[in-house]
Amino acid sequence: MAVTARPSSAEKALDVERIRADFPVLSQTVHGRPLVWLDNASTSQKPRAVLDAMRRVYEEHNANIHRGVYEFSERTTAAFEEARAKVARFINAPEAREIVFVRNATEGLNLVAYAWGRDNVKAGDRIVTTVLEHHSNFVPWQQLAKDAGAELVVIDVDDEGRLRLDQLRRELERGARVLALTHTSNGLGVVNPVAEIVRWAKSAGATVIVDAAQSAPHTSVDVQALGCDFLAFSGHKMLGPVGSGVVWGRASLLERMRPFLYGGDMISRVSIERSEWNELPWKFEAGTSSYVDAIGLGAAIDYLSDIGMDRIHTHELALLRHLLPKLLAEDGLTVFGPHGLEERVGVVSFDVKGIHPHDMATLLDREGVAVRAGHHCNHPLMTRLGVPATTRASMYLYNTTEECDVLVDAVQKARKVFGV
Amino acid sequence: MDDLYRDYILDHYKNPRNYGELEGATHHYHDTNPLCGDEITMFLLVGEDGRVQDVHFTGRGCAISQASASILTDEVKGKTLDELKGFDRDHVLNNLGITISPARIKCALLSLKALKGAAWGLTAWPGEEVKQAATE
Repeated sequence: MAVTARPSSAEKALDVERIRADFPVLSQTVHGRPLVWLDNASTSQKPRAVLDAMRRVYEEHNANIHRGVYEFSERTTAAFEEARAKVARFINAPEAREIVFVRNATEGLNLVAYAWGRDNVKAGDRIVTTVLEHHSNFVPWQQLAKDAGAELVVIDVDDEGRLRLDQLRRELERGARVLALTHTSNGLGVVNPVAEIVRWAKSAGATVIVDAAQSAPHTSVDVQALGCDFLAFSGHKMLGPVGSGVVWGRASLLERMRPFLYGGDMISRVSIERSEWNELPWKFEAGTSSYVDAIGLGAAIDYLSDIGMDRIHTHELALLRHLLPKLLAEDGLTVFGPHGLEERVGVVSFDVKGIHPHDMATLLDREGVAVRAGHHCNHPLMTRLGVPATTRASMYLYNTTEECDVLVDAVQKARKVFGV
Repeated sequence: MDDLYRDYILDHYKNPRNYGELEGATHHYHDTNPLCGDEITMFLLVGEDGRVQDVHFTGRGCAISQASASILTDEVKGKTLDELKGFDRDHVLNNLGITISPARIKCALLSLKALKGAAWGLTAWPGEEVKQAATE
């Protein structure tokens, strides 16, 4: 991805100060220091527009969706379905009925592994996935492979954390029923060339499931350009509320799938002997949906779209360009993943020799800096990198170069405490 | 001075006491903290009089987990297994002498869990073997 904007102009273009004013939590202090929120790959903070959209539902017209014939239910149902249409436009889905609201990406990926996988993956089939996957796009396929008697093929990364495309292509050419692939690595911030990979997978006849939990918040995601069959992401990582998530699937596949959960709202008719399923997408939305969360996600998408995903991505790369050289200049500090800005989002995973990531995160917290320390739900990748854990700083549209400097200062202070 | 990473904590982390495998150990117990990848194995050599003649530990992980193990082993020699079984969380936290936040309590107490497992004659926590077998 070409980066043309200079760091200063990218920031100016984004007007970060104005954006920050929209996020009440960003003015909080931690241990007497201004909060520096760099754990966005875990969850993002929420702008007032999202909080207000949700409060308006509860205060002005709350009612269960798809059920009441009174005005409140009709208004809430309309707002819920409008949110679905916003999601469809956001990822360029051909039809809104292909958007299924779930709790998070994990639930969406499990929905596919259960509702599609169990009827379509047979003994001897090959399931191809990668060592970059978050556990949510790895364990469901590993377990499906065990249950179905299928073979699980796990593609490696090179020493810079890039997917071994040669190996992936070769394995796909040997035939595959499923390719489960992350768009962007949550542990390293590497962006995979999904569209190209999908073409190989399609030649092999594979159905392709893309985990977009780390890409949808930070880059433009276009399911038609990617060419995949299913794609899932979480709302809470992209300014939306916790409990909002999406799985998109091709209508032709979703229509032939059995439901994932049974219950209210997902049926069209139930007799003692048998049940018939509702139409898409409601066939997959059993019980009362988290409709207020979905409406909140719609507001988050409005907020992101008004700014523009490409500008957000450019801003994050500018932060990365500012931060990476400073981190790499630290003695004993290793940055995992590619050191260049190509094919990357604003995630930096690092380790300082002699300081365990948990100690690092504790010391950074003293300076107000919130980062993630751990295995990032990515055990196979940590094993591949030969570390038990890393410290991960992940950026978003409201972060500044000054905050990156606070991080670097805090890392230096941690090194002093540990004498390394 | 940092209130958590005090000099003696960092000293125990960088120069752990009683570190390394213990040849001829009568008891040993391995445990991990999956959240952060901390690992501790406790080795005990218990004599015929029922008292701990020697104690060692191996492990890797954060300063809190490793210093806690080092400090804990310093007071184990000469104790009976029943005395070790009586060690509790407050005892370990008091000995550490620092205030541990809730997110780090598991790090601080991993060594106690490993020590008690060894004292009870276990090699893994009851149920773990069953759980492992079920998920394989």
